[in-house]
Amino acid sequence: MTEPHDPGFQDSRYRLTPEQARSRRSRNIAIALSVSFMVVLFYVVTVAKLGLGVLNKGW
Amino acid sequence: MSFVTQNDGLSDSMRIDMRVSCARPSDYLALLKPRVMSLVVLTALAGMLIAPQPPHPVIGFAALLAIAVGAGASGALNMWYDADIDALMARTATRPVPSGRVTPGEALAFGLVLSALSVFTLCVVSNWLAAGLLAFTIFFYAVIYTMWLKRSTPQNIVIGGAAGAFPPIVGFAAATGSVSIESAVLFAIIFIWTPPHFWALALVKADDYGRAGVPMMPNALGPDRTRLEILIYSIVLAPVGVLPALMGFASLVYGAIATLGGIAMLVYAWRVYRQREGEAARKACMSLFGVSILYLFALFLVIVIENGPAALVVRAFNAAFA
Repeated sequence: MTEPHDPGFQDSRYRLTPEQARSRRSRNIAIALSVSFMVVLFYVVTVAKLGLGVLNKGW
Repeated sequence: MSFVTQNDGLSDSMRIDMRVSCARPSDYLALLKPRVMSLVVLTALAGMLIAPQPPHPVIGFAALLAIAVGAGASGALNMWYDADIDALMARTATRPVPSGRVTPGEALAFGLVLSALSVFTLCVVSNWLAAGLLAFTIFFYAVIYTMWLKRSTPQNIVIGGAAGAFPPIVGFAAATGSVSIESAVLFAIIFIWTPPHFWALALVKADDYGRAGVPMMPNALGPDRTRLEILIYSIVLAPVGVLPALMGFASLVYGAIATLGGIAMLVYAWRVYRQREGEAARKACMSLFGVSILYLFALFLVIVIENGPAALVVRAFNAAFA
């Protein structure tokens, strides 16, 4: 992992402008929230499709 | 601009072409055309709720979300392809792609990824038919309408309007795995509503469309012909809007609202037909545009309320006192 997590990170090759850093950070947060929401949604849908008490249905 | 290049005094050998996007999440949200999405959610929900056995709330919510995201994805693809003409029209020049906040490549990737994701999700949570219909809707809007019809025929929004009319059918299919005459009636209402709705706006924005070279009805066949067609479509729409009540899958309350709404559409369409010059003509067009939105919103909202919250109350009442 060479990508720095600090939006204010600077190396010898380039510097993100404050605007670039802000927009990248807000995009990252939006992607993280979207992916997390999808995980929860698929989990809840799976439970709804299987029905409650799925473990009591025998093997 | 979407990208900013650096000029920081680094030597050429050290400087790389740093093109970092400045697009914010709100720009991506704008690509989804949220206002269109809200209407899609309402109409798809209506289609879902008129099903004999509405889906489990969680499944229904997930399916509705997939349909909304699919509609948004087709909007992103539309904005990607139409960026050149959007830049020429005042109404659309501030959209994310023509304004430079999002690059065409980003919009295309966003649209394609969300299209695939929404169809896949609807397939997983509902069924193949609903997913297939959603995929067809996205294809119809992005390819048939945006890439072909929009720039080639004044009937563009008549035929292309089918894409906007599909959500109730997709919603019904998501709930039942089939298509019914009831969902087809909801399709017909939106399909016939689309031309008077869009042409009222096109009459006002004719210069914009002319500058962009889009052959909308007022530009291609003239405002008089457009006004006549608006009136004809409104005359057809008024009785079609009442069909759900006549066919028995909506109540008398719906029937009364649809009748009054249909009369209002006719009155405002008649004003557009009569007022042909100056500020009065512009006001008549914008009034019809506004009334048409209210009309469709009211019809589908009543169907949702009748088959959603109201149906739950009736069921609870029957269970308690039966």
